[in-house]
Amino acid sequence: MGEITFSIDGLKIKANEGDTILMAALEHGIYIPHLCYHPDLKPFGGCRLCMIEIEGRGLTISCKTPVEEGVRVTTENPEINKARRIAAELIIANHYSECLQCARNTDCRLQDIATYIGIEEGRLQRLKRTVRDLPIDDSNPFFYRDPNKCVLCGICVRTCEEINGVGAIDFAFRGFATKISTLKDKPITESTCESCGECVDRCPTAALARKGSERPAREVKTICPYCGTGCGIYLGVRGDRVLSARGDRRNPVNDGQLCAKGRFAYDFVNHPDRLTTPLIKRNGTFVEASWDEALDLVAAEFKEGQEKYGPEALGGLSSARATNEDNYLFQKLLRSLGTNSVDHCARL
Amino acid sequence: MPDKTVLVCQGTGCVSAGAEQIHISLEREIAQLGLGGDVQVKRTGCHGFCQQGPLAVVEPEGIFCTRVKVEDTPDIAQSLLSQKKPPERLFYRDPLTGKVIPHYRDIAFYSRQQRTVLKNCGYIDPEEIDDYLAVGGYEALRQTLLEMSPEEVIDTVKRSGLRGLGGGGFPTGRKWESCRNTAGAEKYVVCNADEGDPGAFQDRSVLEGDCHSVLEGMIIAGYAVGAKLGYIYVRAEYPLAVKRLEIAIAQAREKGFLGKNILGNDFDFDIEIFQGAGAFVCGESTALVLSLEGKRGMPKPLPRPRTTQVGLWDKPTLLNNVKTFASIRWIITQGADWFAGRGTKKSKGTAIFSLTGKTANCGLIEVPMGISLREIVFDIGGGIPGGKAFKAVQTGGPSGGCLPAELLDTPVDFDSLTDAGAMMGSGGMVVVDEDTCMVDLARYFLDFTQKESCGQCSLCVLGTLQMLDILNSITEGRGRPEDIDLLMELGEAIKMGSICGLGQTAPNPVITTIRYFREEYEAHIYERKCPARVCKDLISYRILPDKCKACMICLRECPVQAITGGKKQIHVIDQDGCTRCGVCLSVCPERFSAVECIPGRLDNTLHSA
Repeated sequence: MGEITFSIDGLKIKANEGDTILMAALEHGIYIPHLCYHPDLKPFGGCRLCMIEIEGRGLTISCKTPVEEGVRVTTENPEINKARRIAAELIIANHYSECLQCARNTDCRLQDIATYIGIEEGRLQRLKRTVRDLPIDDSNPFFYRDPNKCVLCGICVRTCEEINGVGAIDFAFRGFATKISTLKDKPITESTCESCGECVDRCPTAALARKGSERPAREVKTICPYCGTGCGIYLGVRGDRVLSARGDRRNPVNDGQLCAKGRFAYDFVNHPDRLTTPLIKRNGTFVEASWDEALDLVAAEFKEGQEKYGPEALGGLSSARATNEDNYLFQKLLRSLGTNSVDHCARL
Repeated sequence: MPDKTVLVCQGTGCVSAGAEQIHISLEREIAQLGLGGDVQVKRTGCHGFCQQGPLAVVEPEGIFCTRVKVEDTPDIAQSLLSQKKPPERLFYRDPLTGKVIPHYRDIAFYSRQQRTVLKNCGYIDPEEIDDYLAVGGYEALRQTLLEMSPEEVIDTVKRSGLRGLGGGGFPTGRKWESCRNTAGAEKYVVCNADEGDPGAFQDRSVLEGDCHSVLEGMIIAGYAVGAKLGYIYVRAEYPLAVKRLEIAIAQAREKGFLGKNILGNDFDFDIEIFQGAGAFVCGESTALVLSLEGKRGMPKPLPRPRTTQVGLWDKPTLLNNVKTFASIRWIITQGADWFAGRGTKKSKGTAIFSLTGKTANCGLIEVPMGISLREIVFDIGGGIPGGKAFKAVQTGGPSGGCLPAELLDTPVDFDSLTDAGAMMGSGGMVVVDEDTCMVDLARYFLDFTQKESCGQCSLCVLGTLQMLDILNSITEGRGRPEDIDLLMELGEAIKMGSICGLGQTAPNPVITTIRYFREEYEAHIYERKCPARVCKDLISYRILPDKCKACMICLRECPVQAITGGKKQIHVIDQDGCTRCGVCLSVCPERFSAVECIPGRLDNTLHSA
């Protein structure tokens, strides 16, 4: 892929052929306001905020315009600023304004835009507040869908379609009634949604937000323990509590993507019902035991069975939760006991 | 051959007024008089003069019977027997002179038109392909396939100067050429019949009255660009058009104009009908294509390839309007020069308008490009009825603009209308008189586009919402001094920043009414008056004491008991209780005319003083 040189606001920029102007600008730390652009998705061009001017050619949107050798791009002029300011004001007048009570406070793309534009209270007051009081869909155990915070950027729709191929949601209705909807406007749990949360991860506001808005004190880079795929994951931790999980975008296994379990099912770590010691069934009830007791019992039972019925009578069922290495050792163990009867829950 | 033919209009307008019964009854009457062999009764498509319907025309004389009822059919049949004219009560009466005009050709509504695309609408039976063949139908296709190469067809269309009916009036020949020159084994031809503008019905009339002409244009286009399949994207709200298209397609297949090896040539083409779900935005080309693919119709933002390069199923696609396709046969048979000889330098041929509103004559008209708005409104339209004054004409539907009396001499062509702030667009033309409030009119059109916005660009969906809210408050008497500037600011931003033609033109009615009728906005905002006496919150009714005869009628009819008085006691309206419904004005006997509606709000103290 060739290298292209062009300029943004007089600054010389190098970019890869095929990149869009917005991609190149962001890559070089130049912020152009945008709401519907996401690097993982095909450009949409709906929010109209990333408008730029190419010298000699006029206005265009930077998220859909590819870089070209030698072109001179300006990100501001009176005409662009006027339309961009009005576009931003319209969205803000139509948006929930209690930022401090919002799960995405300080991590919100609309706040970025408002900050960039520099909201003038007097101008904003000329507009009617158009926020509605639409019902919040909290049917999903992991996330909320709050249409009152939706900016109709379509990122969730494209994520569901382009990343996961599920297509559980789409734009529906017309005019001001337009919203992101499931088929027949049912709760998300009654749709084909698989709760992967990829859309929640990409939503620029809190229209899609995970339940539980506490933020972690630190993040720990690790590998998801749920299955053998080995997705890179960052667990958000505060003290001994896990508060969040997000995909590691630099991990080649998953490129930042996660499934429903990896992204949301970390509650078990701190769950009171979680087993922390082995249990041995005595007289029909499980009784807590030490690891030594438990392992001794297993060894004794194996031995007894082996002697009584022959080694072929033994079998082992392994778990998808175990790593490849653990599974390898497990089959080694079974074979050392003289049996080839090894299976794995993922095969069932 | 029968000596006479009675053409009974079966367009949607006339059908809804009982034209089917009239046809049946007329046939029966004629049979009873034993005229069956001499007189043919024929169903036709729309004659365009829907306001006068149901219509029946007696040919060959061209006698034009208006507002025909089933009861009139014996008289019409009798007249045919006695070789006399039908009774005078059925003739058209000139609204200005009161003169009775029996012949079609003498009626100003028709005589000033130049009906080309609409020529056969109203003369042929749209459900009979033989009728179409009898007027030279499919001759253009024959000529194309037997004598012309695709390049020659495209060259002819280019030379004709035919332009499309999208906002920009893109040259049709260049579009065809672009589609032909795009490589691809599979290409499509799509006819845009998603006519969604309030007040426009030209596509419907052509599809109902002369659908084969559209099919013929599409087949020729298919040959020219190298496509094998065409789609007609037609509104599901046009059931009669859909039915006639289905019949026409079946007949064309039967006659070998559609299907394999058309007219013995190595050329296959077929047409399918796709019914749209009634979204206005699906008239935009990229949204229409998405809708055809079964997806939600949302326009694709620029930069993007043209539909002629990447269209339906990502294949090169030629998309033209009904009228554009219907013009093709005339260009082929009469020649590019003939077509280019009509109209103006840059806008060739004819324009079709759905003339509605406050004109004496309303209906579908076809006029040469370059005709002035004045000629349309006052000659063809017969002026404003009731002695009222002309105020404005809105062309191009909700995307167009309102032009005032000063601009009545504007020539009707693509560029002049655009320069004046309006557009050719869908061909809607709404005439309004002094009784129309321009703020209210702008509000009406904006309300339509607001509801039809697809919702993807915030400027369009939220911007028009804010504008509509401002217009609502102005018409409700809550206008603020800064509102006019804010409307202009929002309007300009929406026009500049929106993705598609819907958003880019939605503010036009507001911007043009502010430009040409600013004083009306100011009267609403500063004086709290609606000069046209339309906006209920900015008008008052009062009873003129010197004219009131204390007859008690208004007092009894007032739905909110806001009128006080009694026998021999002059009536007075309680301005606080009055809801300005206007019942008092409408029930006050004309000989008294004691109630008047005035701009602005009265209060009880002022009134009594």
